[in-house]
Amino acid sequence: MTDVVPLADRRDPWYLRLPVIADVRRSHGLQRGMLITGLTLTAILLLTALFAPLLAPYSWAQTQDAAGPFGTQQPPSAAHLWGTTVSGFDVLSRVIWGTRTAVAVIAAAIVFSLFLGVLVGLVSGYLGGWVDRVLVMLADAIYAFPSLLLAIVMSIVISGGRSSAWGGILSAAISITVVFVPQYFRVIRAETIRLKAEPFVESAKVIGAPFGRILFGHIFRNATRTLPLIFTLNASESILTLAGLGFLGFGIEPTSAAEWGYDLNRSLSDVTAGIWWTAVFPGVAIVLSVLGLTLVGESMNDLNDPRLRTRRRGRRAAPAASATPQEVTA
Amino acid sequence: MSDALAPADLAGEPVPPPDPSQDAVVPGIAPAARRGGSLGRYIGVRFLLIFPTIFILVTTVFFLMRLTGDPITAAMGGRLPPDQLAERVHAAGYDRPLIVQYIDYLSKVVRGDFGNTFTDNRPVINVLAHYGSATAELVIYSLIVALAIGVPLGMVAAHRRDRWPDAVLRVFAILGYATPVFFIGLMLKLVFSIYLGILPVSGRVSTAGEVMMGTITNPSPFYLLDALRLGNPALIADVLSHAILPAIALGLLTGGVFLRLVRTNLIGTLERQYVESARSRGVGETRLVRTHALRPALIPVITVMGMQIAMSLGGAVLTETTFEWKGLGFQLAQYMASRDYVAVQGIVMMIAVIVAVTNFLVDVVAALIDPRVRY
Repeated sequence: MTDVVPLADRRDPWYLRLPVIADVRRSHGLQRGMLITGLTLTAILLLTALFAPLLAPYSWAQTQDAAGPFGTQQPPSAAHLWGTTVSGFDVLSRVIWGTRTAVAVIAAAIVFSLFLGVLVGLVSGYLGGWVDRVLVMLADAIYAFPSLLLAIVMSIVISGGRSSAWGGILSAAISITVVFVPQYFRVIRAETIRLKAEPFVESAKVIGAPFGRILFGHIFRNATRTLPLIFTLNASESILTLAGLGFLGFGIEPTSAAEWGYDLNRSLSDVTAGIWWTAVFPGVAIVLSVLGLTLVGESMNDLNDPRLRTRRRGRRAAPAASATPQEVTA
Repeated sequence: MSDALAPADLAGEPVPPPDPSQDAVVPGIAPAARRGGSLGRYIGVRFLLIFPTIFILVTTVFFLMRLTGDPITAAMGGRLPPDQLAERVHAAGYDRPLIVQYIDYLSKVVRGDFGNTFTDNRPVINVLAHYGSATAELVIYSLIVALAIGVPLGMVAAHRRDRWPDAVLRVFAILGYATPVFFIGLMLKLVFSIYLGILPVSGRVSTAGEVMMGTITNPSPFYLLDALRLGNPALIADVLSHAILPAIALGLLTGGVFLRLVRTNLIGTLERQYVESARSRGVGETRLVRTHALRPALIPVITVMGMQIAMSLGGAVLTETTFEWKGLGFQLAQYMASRDYVAVQGIVMMIAVIVAVTNFLVDVVAALIDPRVRY
C-alpha cells in the first residue's frame, strides 16, 4: 500500500482535515461528482428536517383546515400540491415532516450503536481470551441474521408494535442499533488488536498508565479512522430499515409522526386503483435520502481504498491541486 | 492488517452491504481451522459451529420475545376478562419460571416441535413447510434475475472502467440499493399492471389457475413444476407472469450487489500479471475479460450469493407483502399483525436455522473452490 495518498496534509488548517472536506479535496472527476451529489442530497435532507415547520403547509396528521376537510385520495391540486392520502392527510406535508422522523432515527441509532459497538469492541479486542471469543461468536450470530427480521423482533420487544412519536423513534432506533452494533464491534475490535501490539501502547503499559487511559487515550483515538465511513453507510441503511418496519406496520403511529414506510404501506391499495401520488412521493423521498447518504459513503470508501482509487498514474503528484475554494465549500 | 480484515481484502469491497465473505474466515473460527489444515477437518469444525450459532439465535430470540410477556396476553389482552386470561396463560404453561419454559422450549425445538400457531392453531413446522417453499421459489427466481443483471453488467462496468458505461452502471447499482424493494414493487405494479395492464397485480397464480392446480394429485412445492407437469401452456404462462414482477423487484436489489462485486473483483484480477501476460500474447480484450479474469473474480460472488439467499429472506418479507405472494414473509407479516408471537418466534427460529446452514454450505463451497480460504 505504498501509493496511499495521506488523508490530508498535516500542514493544512484543521477544517480542511475534517473527514468529509478532506475527501472532497482529494476527489476528482466522476468521483467528485458522486461525492458532491451525495453531500447536496444529504444537506437537503438535513435542512428539510430542520425547517419542516416552515416548509410544510399542514401538520402531518391534519385532515381539515378552515376551508373544511381535505377529502381523501384527492389528486394533486393547488391546495394540495401532491394530493391527499386515503386517510385524508396532505402528502406533501407528510413527506416533509417525514424527514424529521428519518433524521431523528438515524441520529439516535448511530449514537447508540457507536457507543455500544465501540465500547464492546475496544474491551473485547483489548482483553482477548474467552470474553473475546464469546463476544465474537455472539456478534457473528447476530450479524448473519437478516437485519430486518432482527429489527422486527426488537420492535416487538420494545414497543409491542406501535407507539408514540418519541417512543416509536426510540424503538426504531434501538431496533436498528442491534443490527449495527456487530459492525462497529468488528471494525473497532480488529483495530484494537492491531494497535494493542504497537510500541506506544506497550510503553504506556510500561510506565503504568491506567487501563482506562490506555484504552481510550491510546487505542480509541487511533482506532476511529474507519468510523465516518461505516457511519454514513449505516445512516442510509437505517432509513431503509425504518421504512421497512413502517411498511410492515411496525413503525410509528401516523398521528404521532410522519413516516414514509407507513405511507407506502397505506398506498398499496391505492396503486391497484391507479392512484400514484400517495406512493411516488414518499418513495422518492426514501430513495433520494438513501441515495445521498450512500453516495457520500461510497465515495469515501473508494477514496480510502487504494485499489479502487480512480486517479491515474502520473497524476498522483498533485493530489489536491485542482480543488478550487468554491468546490471545497460546496 | 489484522486477520479480521484480511479476508475482506481478498474478496473486494468491504462495504455495503458488509461483505459477508468475511464470514469465511471469521476470527472466532480461524484459529481452530488453522490448526487443522485439511479440508475434511475444516468442514468438520465449520459444521460443529452451526450449533452454537443456532443456539445463540434461538436463545436470544426466545428471551427477547418473553421480555414482552407471554404470547397469550399479547394476542388476547384486553379482549378477555382477566381471570379467563390467567386461566389460559396457566393452561399453556406461560406462568412457569422463565428458565423452565426455556428448557422446555429447547427440548421441543430439538425434536422439531416449534409449537402451534396461536391464531389458527396449526403446527408451526407445517406452516413453515407450506409457505417456505413459496418463498424458496421466489428467492430462486430473484437470484436468476440478479445473476442475469449483475454478472454481465459488472463485466461491462469493469471493462469500461471510469468511462460513461461504468458511471451509469455504478449509479444504477447504487439506486438498486437505495430503493426499498417495496417501492420498486409498487412502481412496477403501477406501470406494468395498472397502466399497461400486461402483468397481474398480485398473487402466485390466477383463480382459474388455482382451480386447475387443484386437480394435481401430489402437488410439488413449486407452482412452476406443477404447471409444467400439467403441460398446459396457458397455466405455465399464468404462473410465470405472476412471478415476473416480484422476481424483478427482489432481483434488482441483489443484482446491484452482484454488479458491484463483479466489478470490483474483475478490476482486481484484470490488473494481475497473468492477465497482462495473456494480453501480451495477443489475447483479445473481450476474451481476456470473459475467460481469463472472470473466473477468479467469481469466487467471492459465489460466497456472497449464499449470503444473499439468507439476506433475501429479509427482502422476501417485504416483497411478499407487496405482491401478496403467499410465502413465509407474507405469512410472517400476517402473524405479526394479529400478534401471534408463537408463530412469529417459530418462523424467526426457522430462518435462523436456514441462515446458519446456508452459511455453512457457502463456506464449504468457498473452501472447495479456493484453497486459500482454509489456510
